[in-house]
This record gives sequence, structure tokens and C-alpha cells, in this order.
Amino acid sequence: MFKRPALLTEKNFHYCPGCHHGIMHRLLAEVLEEFNPEETVGISSVGCSVFIYDYLDIDWVAAAHGRAPAVATGVKRVKPDRLVFTYQGDGDLAAIGTGEIVHAAARGEKITAIFINNAVYGMTGGQMAPTTLTGQKTTTTPEGRNPSQQGYPVKMVEMLSVLDGVAYAARVALNTPKRILDAKKALRKAFKVQRANLGFSIVEVLSACPTNWGVSPVEALKWVDEKMIAYYPLGEYKTPQEGVE
Amino acid sequence: MKVLMKGNEAFAEAAVRAGCRYFFGYPITPQSEVPHYLAKRLPEVGGVFLQAESEVAAINMVYGAAAAGARVMTSSSGPGISLMQEGISYLAGAELPAVIVNIMRGGPGLGNIAPTQADYFQAVKGGGHGDYRVIVLAPANVGEIFTLMEKAFDLADKYRMPVMVLGDGILGQVMEPVELPPLKEVNPPPKPWAATGKIERNDKTRRIINSLYIVPEENEKHLEQQFAKYRQIEESEPLHENFLVEDAQIILVSFGTMARIAKSVVLKVRERGIKAGLIRPITLWPFPKKAFTAASIPAAKKILTVEMNGGQMVEDVRLAVNGRIEVDFFGRTGGMVPESNQIMEKVLAIAREVE
Repeated sequence: MFKRPALLTEKNFHYCPGCHHGIMHRLLAEVLEEFNPEETVGISSVGCSVFIYDYLDIDWVAAAHGRAPAVATGVKRVKPDRLVFTYQGDGDLAAIGTGEIVHAAARGEKITAIFINNAVYGMTGGQMAPTTLTGQKTTTTPEGRNPSQQGYPVKMVEMLSVLDGVAYAARVALNTPKRILDAKKALRKAFKVQRANLGFSIVEVLSACPTNWGVSPVEALKWVDEKMIAYYPLGEYKTPQEGVE
Repeated sequence: MKVLMKGNEAFAEAAVRAGCRYFFGYPITPQSEVPHYLAKRLPEVGGVFLQAESEVAAINMVYGAAAAGARVMTSSSGPGISLMQEGISYLAGAELPAVIVNIMRGGPGLGNIAPTQADYFQAVKGGGHGDYRVIVLAPANVGEIFTLMEKAFDLADKYRMPVMVLGDGILGQVMEPVELPPLKEVNPPPKPWAATGKIERNDKTRRIINSLYIVPEENEKHLEQQFAKYRQIEESEPLHENFLVEDAQIILVSFGTMARIAKSVVLKVRERGIKAGLIRPITLWPFPKKAFTAASIPAAKKILTVEMNGGQMVEDVRLAVNGRIEVDFFGRTGGMVPESNQIMEKVLAIAREVE
């Protein structure tokens, strides 16, 4: 029977209609239930998902903006048997926290990063993100992102996958039922990689933000296909040679 | 048995003996011997030494380790401590215990690597954002590093807050014979609040380490609890050393290594019949205000605060005496150390004035 995963609290999500955080929270709850949620410590970040600790019934440590991978490092080094993950948006992980994510990955820190890329700053009012697409209008690129002025969108999993410390790097999307199942598989694999002590794992999730894209939730699903996946190809960028099926 | 030990190594060994098993830091002069020592020492005792990519990352690793219930520390110097202020504010906001050692160097900006006490304001008045306090301890010699580092970890755990230990380039680099305290088993208090995974708790309740209180009423309530704690600390934790203050008409006030030079000046001017004494604050916050009451310094006619900066602690001395006694200042800054002759001239001038 289809029901709410026990790990999701009864608190209602505060997310906007059509936002994909809700889907991802549910997938995370389902996958963590396959492991041992009681052995899990989540590191929340700053952005739309800042209140994720209200929704998933596990231990949490709330990190400063961008610092979740450093905080996760501290927790994991003290409690190496715990499953430790960060849940970060594109501003958090790919702008202010670039240093922390790159070096946690380079160290092969046995943590998992869940990276929500919706190509925009949601919480602060729809400003340009490091992942904002060329030509995309945001409140700080009113004429659209112009590479001659604002440079180019950052492809994080491609960047990180070349680091030896990274054991698993994948990009998924949530705009079709099949892709949601694929995302769940990737998430499961990332946590298995951590459990097997193989190194750092990251799952980038292309996520819809109808509110700040200025489209309807249904149009946003198409936008993910036509704009995001076109620039950010889905797939596994790095998988371990052995140890995890 | 006495051993010859460098100040920075003493900070490191003292931390290990106080039960600290985790160090996260980023290299900076003049504190480098702290990480050098711990990189070797911590693995010997089953601990973790991690060289972070920046001081920003280091303090957030400290935050994570503290959140998971560990005794944890970092060390740095001025510019690095500036970068750590974000994390120190979060430690204070989330009520996490941690020890931060600052071996102060000349500033502002890149300044230099010479000894200074220029980070007094930053340490004592709160260098990060928000309404919070940090306990600040100031050892004056290598032996005292051991007692104060142990105290730093104990206070951090007792009050669940960051504690800073302030040294300077002199203290970090000086080698002194020190009687190592006996190795003892350290039993930090239980930390049922730590986010260790529910598995470590019988009742399976969860823990959230956080400094976000989105409702102002709740944030005020949270901060009022912190301020009640701060008042308790101000009542029970101030520490200072008195040196010949009972009959002293001129009271010198200095902290850390500066106090050692000031002490030598007190002895020299006493040879000339001038009744001088020294108050050495050991806790800079809470500031030892009671050392400055009329009953504590009954013969005092004038106070001279001597610092390796342009005049910072002198403000707290003035607040403590609240206009009752005139407070003068002598200091050198930018990495220059006041010489005893210079201080003595100043004391002699004051002596002529108060006669």
C-alpha cells in the first residue's frame, strides 16, 4: 500500500507548488529506511531546504551557508560508523561552498552529498545561481545570464568526478516517473558507496523551481528537459570499480 | 620531572592531556608547531588530525565534531581567527563546546608575524555576528598553558560554549622548563544533546544541532538563556593574579606575556621605594572586575594598563574602576614589545605625579 515513509514527519512541507524538494525528501526517506536511519546524521544547509530537519526524523546538524561538507567531515571523523550526508542547494554547494565541497571530495571523505540544482536561488528571491543557464532571466540577471558578464554555468559533477577521492558521482532528474526511480537508485548507490568506505559520493538532482522560473509546475517539467538536461546531461559520471553493484 | 618545552607544543600536549582527540586547522605562523605536534601525537592516542583547506573549513569541522560530542580544538593566528569568526558565532548560537587557540600576530590585514595582543577586542568583545560571548583565557607562561588548556576544555563542556585561549608569538615560541602534570584519565561530562545518530540513545529521540530560531520571540528566549549562563560565568569564573597589590599606590595591569615584563618593572621600581603592584587578568572574559574594587586595591592612586596594542583591555579596566581611579595606558603595537625601561619611565613619571 502506498503510504508516507515512517521517516517523514507529519509536518507539512513549506515548499512551493511544483517544487521538487518534496519528491527528493521522500526518496531520501525511502532510501534511508533501507539502511539504518538510527545510524544516520544529516547535515542541513542554508537555502530553501533549511528546515529539512523538520521533515526527516533523524539526527541533524545545521551548517552555515556552504559549510555542510566541512561540518559533515567533523561528524564523520568522530563517528566513522554513521551514515553522514549533506543536503545542499546550488548556491550553497556550487557558490559559497565551492571550497568545502571540492576538498571534502578530494579527501575522499566518506560522506554523501545530495546536491539540488534548480539553476536559481530560491529562498532569497530568485537571484542568479552559479548553475543559472545562459540566457536565463533571474532577479539579478534581468536581461538573462550573459556569459560575457556573468560567465558560464558550473557543471559540478563533471568537475568533481575527475577527483580521485570521489567514488561515485551521478546526475539525476525528477521530472518523469522513470527518472524518479533512477534517482532513487543513484541515491541508494551513493549511500552504499559510503557504507563500503569507498570514498566520497555525490548525487546532483536537477530540480524544478516553477516559482522562480516564472512557469507553471507542468511547464517546469518540460523546462527541466529542454533547458536543464540539455546543458546538464544525466548519468553516472563516476562509479566504483567494485564493491557496489 | 621537568622538561624543556616550546609554548606551541605545550598547547598541543596540554590539549591531548585534557582529553582532546580531534584537531582541525590550517597552517599559519606563528602557531605552526601546534599542528606539527598534533599531526604526530593525535594518531598515537587514537585521535584525528586533519589539515583543512581553509580556516573557514577548519572551524566548521570543529563545529561538526563538537556537534557529534567530541572534545575538539583548532588553533590559528589573527588572520585565520578572523576567518573563523563565522564558525565561532555558529558554535555560540548552537551551544557547542570547542577550544580555539589564537597565537596573536601583528595586524591589521596581513600585518606581520611578530608578537602582539591586538586581538583582545576581537576575542573578548565577540568577533563574529550576533549577541554572544566567548570565554577567553590568557596564559603567561608555558606551565600555565597546561592548567589553562585543561580549564578551557572543562569550561567549554560545562557551559556548552566556545572557549578561546589567547597567546602571542612570544608565548608560542618561547622554550621553558615545565613540570608536566601527571597523565590522568579524562572523563568529559556526558553529552546527551549531541547528534550522534539515534542509535546511541535508548529512548530513540532525535537531536538537532541548530542556531536558527526563525521566530524572534524564540530567538530572544534562547538568547536570554545564554545570557543567564553568561551572568553565572561572570559570577563564578573570573580569574586573576595579584602581585604586590596590597600596599600598591600604582597598579599595573597586563595580561599574558606582557604581564611578565610588567612584573619585572614592579620589582625594579620597588627597589627605588615606589609602591607598585600588578594585576594580571587570567580570564579576559569574564573580566576579573572584583580585582579592581576599592577593597581589593585599597592603596591605589593610579592604574597603568600596559599592553602590546594601541589600548584595548584598558577599556575594560576603566569600566571596572568606573571613574574611581584614573587609568593610564602604555603600549606598543604592530608587533613591537614594550621594553621594561620604557614602562619603568612611565611608572616613574606617574610616581612623581601621585606623590
